[in-house]
Amino acid sequence: MTVRVQAEPFDAAAEIAAFLAGRRSSGGIASFIGVCRDEHGGTPVSAMTLEHYPGMTEAEIGRIEDEARRRWPLHDVLVVHRCGRLLPGEPIVLVLTASAHRAAALDACAFLIDWLKTRAPFWKLEETAEGERWVDARDSDEAAARRWQHAAA
Amino acid sequence: MLKVRYFAWLRQRVGRAEEEVDPPREIATVRALAAWLGERHPRFAEALAEPGVVRFAVNRAYVAEDAVIRPGDEVAFFPPVTGG
Repeated sequence: MTVRVQAEPFDAAAEIAAFLAGRRSSGGIASFIGVCRDEHGGTPVSAMTLEHYPGMTEAEIGRIEDEARRRWPLHDVLVVHRCGRLLPGEPIVLVLTASAHRAAALDACAFLIDWLKTRAPFWKLEETAEGERWVDARDSDEAAARRWQHAAA
Repeated sequence: MLKVRYFAWLRQRVGRAEEEVDPPREIATVRALAAWLGERHPRFAEALAEPGVVRFAVNRAYVAEDAVIRPGDEVAFFPPVTGG
């Protein structure tokens, strides 16, 4: 069980290798990598800054992980999330889950990122040619999080 | 005394990231505190007037508007989150 919020870039391949190392009973490992895009709604984005709430952000991701572990038989979870300024193409977030079989790993991984997007205190400030703008919360993200309301393993 | 924190565009509207406040004793809930702070920060009051825009946390966990606040608490106000 690991949650990290960090300003430094992370190496997704190295994180996955470390997560896999020595693991013998987990038949399914699922991963999600969220990446900073170079456009949003048709407007070019040159960079973004992720603000967070130190202490609460980590705690809230931990609570989301606790909920995932109540729903699925997980062997392990890793969540790494960037804060600070990012350029297009840089990974923002990595979610890894390990379970005996793929269904639990895949579902838990999707659940973790869906709930993280609507609950973990992060705010994106985009840099565009017209200046800076705060990203609005999306209804589609709320809908994605709601689909897990009644779902369980 | 309470520690109040603001994040993202709410922080910009209020003009500060945090402040120590000492509200009167009848200010007992997050909702009452928000209204009291709104009298000091008109642009915060504007954001509060928009339904569903401001989220609340006490001691780094989400709470409902009617959550009770106690001296020493850290109360945070912020817009809907956009991470991931």
